[in-house]
Amino acid sequence: MSAESIAWPRSAVAPPPLVETFHEWVITVDHKRLGILYIVYALLFLVIGGVEATIMRIQLIRPHNDFVSPQVFNRMFTMHGTTMIFFVAMPLMFGFANYLIPLMIGARDMAFPRLNAFSFWMTAFGGLLLYFSFVGGDGLYGAGNAPDVGWFAYAPLTSQTFSRGHSTDFWIVSLLISGFGSIGTAINIIATILCMRCPGMTLGKMPLLPWLNLTMASLVIMAVSPLTAAQLMLLVDRYLGGHFFDTQAGGSAVIWMHFFWVFGHPVVYVLVIPAFAFASEIIPVFSRKAIFGYPVMVAATICIGFIGMSVWAHHMFTVGMSSAANTFFVLSTMAIAVPTGIKIFNWLATMWGGQIDFKTPMMFCVAFLFQFLIAGLTGIMLGSAPFNWQLGNSYFVIAHFHYVIVGGILFTLFGAFYYWYPKMSGRMYSETLGKLHFWLFLIGFHLTFDFMHIPGILGMPRRIYTYEPGRGWDTWNLIVTIGVFFQAAGVLVFVGNLLWSYFRGEVGGSDPWDAWTLEWSTISPPPPYNFDAIPEVKSRRPLWDLKHPEDPDWQYE
Amino acid sequence: MYCLIVAEAAIFTIFVVAYIFYLGKSLTGPQPQDVLRVPIFLTVCLLSSSLTIHFAVRSLKSGKLRPFALWWFLTLALGAVFLAGTAREWQHLIYDEGLTIQTNLFGTTYYSLVGLHAFHVTVGLLALAAVSVFAILGDVRQEHAERAEVLSMYWHFVDAVWVVVFVVVYIVGR
Repeated sequence: MSAESIAWPRSAVAPPPLVETFHEWVITVDHKRLGILYIVYALLFLVIGGVEATIMRIQLIRPHNDFVSPQVFNRMFTMHGTTMIFFVAMPLMFGFANYLIPLMIGARDMAFPRLNAFSFWMTAFGGLLLYFSFVGGDGLYGAGNAPDVGWFAYAPLTSQTFSRGHSTDFWIVSLLISGFGSIGTAINIIATILCMRCPGMTLGKMPLLPWLNLTMASLVIMAVSPLTAAQLMLLVDRYLGGHFFDTQAGGSAVIWMHFFWVFGHPVVYVLVIPAFAFASEIIPVFSRKAIFGYPVMVAATICIGFIGMSVWAHHMFTVGMSSAANTFFVLSTMAIAVPTGIKIFNWLATMWGGQIDFKTPMMFCVAFLFQFLIAGLTGIMLGSAPFNWQLGNSYFVIAHFHYVIVGGILFTLFGAFYYWYPKMSGRMYSETLGKLHFWLFLIGFHLTFDFMHIPGILGMPRRIYTYEPGRGWDTWNLIVTIGVFFQAAGVLVFVGNLLWSYFRGEVGGSDPWDAWTLEWSTISPPPPYNFDAIPEVKSRRPLWDLKHPEDPDWQYE
Repeated sequence: MYCLIVAEAAIFTIFVVAYIFYLGKSLTGPQPQDVLRVPIFLTVCLLSSSLTIHFAVRSLKSGKLRPFALWWFLTLALGAVFLAGTAREWQHLIYDEGLTIQTNLFGTTYYSLVGLHAFHVTVGLLALAAVSVFAILGDVRQEHAERAEVLSMYWHFVDAVWVVVFVVVYIVGR
């Protein structure tokens, strides 16, 4: 390709001094660099959040364990939840969206590059602020103190009376700040997709990843803003003496739950829709078939987006709502299984009859299909109010949503890492280490989260720092904790693979997977301007058309 | 800008929902019907500023710089009158009626909802003022019409929110 001829050989140019490189990364407005910054930043927090989870699991490995104090345990589950959602999962999704969307739609950058940088640094400083609470949570007098109110911070735990010091304020302000960053990125993604597509790429010819990210960004706008509003109210309560969530003055603790979950449930779809997007790009390439049912996939995604906005109170069945509200939220929760089911069948139909190549990304996606199905099934169980009254706030719930977030979202994320690693770094990862990572993580995942359902059914509530022996929970908790070490080992192999391959991996070339979307048409890693000439497309698989001029896709679409 | 408006609308929705939810739930006085007076003059000012900014942008689009500046200053003045009126209303409520954000649920929800709107008016006024300075310096020309239009969209949004706030706080809420 012509692009390759103008790439400078690495040795020809003297490497710039380290300070200069660092400075360039800090001031960058390039969507690829910001994408990588998001991803690296989120990986750091993934390790931190993982350590917090491990601390909790070690504490629960046997009854009456005293590895950490109850206070520390409370801080650990709060920080683990907050970190994993706001500073791992969302930045990872934004990072991939940032990196991939302009490349996939044939644009040179995002619509608002400076807004993009601003959003990243807001998110980054939000995360730092949250962790600064370990030092500054009690202000200048006394030792540090992280937030300990749980990641959904129910009132009245967050009132001045019950949460002294500033730990809760760190929680509020850091989420407020990173929320502004998220809204900025979402606006950017929508504007980029709607205004910057290359010639010929109508919405109906856009790859599925931008489509799904468009839905994701709309959800961010509609879901994160209510959280911002609720956090503002909480700040008014804590600092100006307001009464929004103060039941002593007629305020309502339940309305905080509503406001939080109006954000809190759609955010699951904010995370899972990009995960669907990765699966929708990886599965066709490794099955050597075009995606099955493209228009239906798009329709199902938008359907999920709409229904996802109206299911939030299924987190609140045990609070005691009217039977009309219960019925509505049971029905809407059941309804969302339909478009999700359509998607699963479409992925299966894509694989059906294809020449499946079980490379690491594909293995993660196949595991995702299986695990996400189970997560959906336990979701339907929990979505029916009577069942929820029995198991709400038990370890069954924990097992369910970790099945979604780890088994569904994190697995496709790992798949995406391996799939786009050659594009981002220019080098191939080690397939052996990738497979090792997959099997370690798979075994660990199933040990931990399959067996976590059982103590839940046996009545073990969430957020307890210890338990009595002889309730039938002991063995299950032991197995669950053992699984954590397998997962930790898997993540170590993963990070090692990324680092090792960056320096020692084979050079991957611009298109190692023989894929079909535009990001593979430019060199790896792409130059700052992405494309020499803005490409022109005629079908959903422009590179297929290029490689098979005798049988192009656009004749059939 | 449309996306930002949707996001802002979602924030306002939550505050409006909270206001409606807490109507009549205050345990102590004063109640809205005792202290609130309907600010008709201010509402007329703010809503007509939507019209003037529309005329301003239209003049700029067709390159008539002088009418643009006049309409734009008028918008700024109307917005400022509105903000001053809100300030006087708050002064009356705080010093004469003794209603603060801490007094009761009505105070909490009223000041945060109206305050959030007033904050948006303030931001809008700052932006309008910045453009006015540029206009005085003669730096605003026809090719900037699109940017002025984006700002006018924000201003229309602030006005539309006021319609909702007005209906909820001063009509339904009383």
